Amino acid sequence: MSEFQTFTMNFGPQHPAAHGVLRLVLEMEGEVIYKTDPHIGLLHRGTEKLAESKTFNQSIGYMDRLDYVSMMCNEHAYVLAIEKLLGVTPPLRAKYIRVMFDEITRILNHLLWLGAHALDVGAMTVFLYCFREREDLMDCYEAVSGARMHATYYRPGGVYRDLPDSMPKYKPSKWHNERETRKRNEWREGSLLDFIEHFSESFPDRVDEYETLLTENRIWKQRTVGIGTVSPERALALGFTGPMLRGSGIEWDLRRKQPYEVYDDLNFEIPIGGNGDCYDRYLVRIEELRQSTKIIRQCVDWLRSNPGPVMLEDGKVDPPRREIMKRDMESLIHHFKLFSEGYCVPEGEVYAAVEAPKGEFGAYIVSDGANKPYRLKLRAPGFVHISALDEMVRGHMVADLVAIIGNQDIVFGEVDR
Amino acid sequence: MQHFAGYFVSAWGAIPAWVQYLLFTLGKILAIAVPVILSVAYLTYAERKVIGYMQSRIGPNRVGFRGLLQPFADVIKLMMKEVVFPANANRYLFFIAPVLSMMPAIAAWVVVPFFPNGSAANVNAGLLLILALTSLGIYGIIISGWASNSKYAFLGAMRSAAQMVAYEIAMGFAIVGVLMAAQTLNLGQIIQHQSGAFWHWYFIPLAPLVVVYFVSAVAETNRLPFDVAEGESEIVAGFHVEYSGMAFAVFFLAEYANMILVSALASIMFFGGWLSPFEGIPYIGAPSAGWLFLKIGILLFLMLWFRATFPRYRYDQIMRLGWKVFIPVTLVWIFVEGAFLIVHLPPWFS
Repeated sequence: MSEFQTFTMNFGPQHPAAHGVLRLVLEMEGEVIYKTDPHIGLLHRGTEKLAESKTFNQSIGYMDRLDYVSMMCNEHAYVLAIEKLLGVTPPLRAKYIRVMFDEITRILNHLLWLGAHALDVGAMTVFLYCFREREDLMDCYEAVSGARMHATYYRPGGVYRDLPDSMPKYKPSKWHNERETRKRNEWREGSLLDFIEHFSESFPDRVDEYETLLTENRIWKQRTVGIGTVSPERALALGFTGPMLRGSGIEWDLRRKQPYEVYDDLNFEIPIGGNGDCYDRYLVRIEELRQSTKIIRQCVDWLRSNPGPVMLEDGKVDPPRREIMKRDMESLIHHFKLFSEGYCVPEGEVYAAVEAPKGEFGAYIVSDGANKPYRLKLRAPGFVHISALDEMVRGHMVADLVAIIGNQDIVFGEVDR
Repeated sequence: MQHFAGYFVSAWGAIPAWVQYLLFTLGKILAIAVPVILSVAYLTYAERKVIGYMQSRIGPNRVGFRGLLQPFADVIKLMMKEVVFPANANRYLFFIAPVLSMMPAIAAWVVVPFFPNGSAANVNAGLLLILALTSLGIYGIIISGWASNSKYAFLGAMRSAAQMVAYEIAMGFAIVGVLMAAQTLNLGQIIQHQSGAFWHWYFIPLAPLVVVYFVSAVAETNRLPFDVAEGESEIVAGFHVEYSGMAFAVFFLAEYANMILVSALASIMFFGGWLSPFEGIPYIGAPSAGWLFLKIGILLFLMLWFRATFPRYRYDQIMRLGWKVFIPVTLVWIFVEGAFLIVHLPPWFS
């Protein structure tokens, strides 16, 4: 054979490692990949276009469904942008609640990432351990919003409601007798804050548990060290953010560099990696799990000692309380206007971003002064990361491709939007 | 009752000798194949339960008492399913491949002794026969990958072929070690050479070979962390990605039958087979098939434990481990063992 030819292989969208609906067209020579061509758009739902025909508050729920493993962080960016347009500042308690739930969301996201990444590399036990802890955090979501994933909890001007004083409890059933049920309810005796505190106390041990399975594991290291290496310069040039950028050794975190809410009052560290390979990004995210727990502890302490309003109470962006509405004409008008027309924001353009678990998640709103955005553009970190897939994978093998996709923490809800 | 027995004996005497022989052999085959297939069924159940508890889950618990009928439910489900032949697949090869991988996995049991003189065929070169038969299993995998007309299946088959060559050699050398120690290829005699309590068994002087043999065995049966041929998250299911229904089930059966087989061989060659570890103590010191089953069970549990613990190796890393670590280790240890033999190291080589 004088002329050497590569062969083309289709990878996904129905592939267990495609993380949803990624389709790749691979140019391969044996097991080695020479070119990766990601085909995206299979989960396109037109979120940005939909938002143009809905009042501002009605689109909050769509934000949850973008990156469907870091729900509240997406809401946060969108709500921050509206608040910037309106020029309002939520009460301090609302800010602390938002920060606390942002960090809970970060843990949720990193747990799913860790489980799925480990599963892609073949360690399936980690996946189930991670989901065990995710269950507790989902319960926190459920306690404040009633929904376990798509919470729609943040609102311009605060959060939808204050933290509940009691947690829902399990009841004995055919499968769990009295004693087991008492054990399952052990954390649930007090308020949501008590529950979160219990969680934050036990969680570092759980992280140790994941680390015993992976961090020093020879096979895990062979599979991740030196795989998908990105130099700091390239990481910046490609527009990486979040753990992908920090794994390459650049200390960039919006929580520190452009502090929003109350992050500059909180004590936490930004972990960075050195080599920019999959293993470093893994270590960065593991450390972020610990740092997020630390932030959650500080928020719990503050929230315990500082009761107060969690929403602006001027009747312009927040619904009036029901009993007042029954007696007060003005409140009734506010209520009617808010739920039919919504609120109008001043004309202008605004960009607000948060440090979402995957990187910088931003919302860019152009407003013509109406009750809906003229144009909404979302900056999804995953989109940027998947663009670099070809560069990261080139010259590696199929098994590494899977490890890199898992390591990038791609979620197609936000890539395709 | 005696009436019937009498009829039976006279009927048996009436049939010609060659038919008697045929029936007797068939009976022996069934007496081995049926328990093997049953234990495969319950090995899948055990796997799901054991890994389930390791992963803080419960595992199957709905079909029958504590899920004990689950394997049968699975088999019935798979039998009801259509076997889909992919477009442009070679139908003949596609069909023959699962049979080819299944047949040696069951046939090799013929020489396995369960208790003294308790094998279906007391073959002189039993070890060689097993080595030959288990090597045949690879054809099933390669042919299935080729016949499926799918790039994923083909990649799986190629990986499996390369891996098989590397590990077959390491495994062969480990077996050479046993052969040198026991001076025989007959599995029953290998066990008899180890007779005595557990410090007489070959796993002590042949420690590195035990590790190499067992890890190679895990690799040969395509189990995690060496399951690159299936590589669930990379090439989906590898060589059997296009198989469905009973054809898939037969591959599955072959894999698990092989797991039990290699565990049985490891217990025979290195852990004294049917011998009791407490030889010399009355009652529990007696050799019995129970000891063999216990040893097989422990090794199988180890395999399941591996699966719950380790990530998967990359294909080239497996090759490196096989060629650059295992083969040199076995080669060196064969020379060390030779030295043991020359000095008649007691109690194993005296």
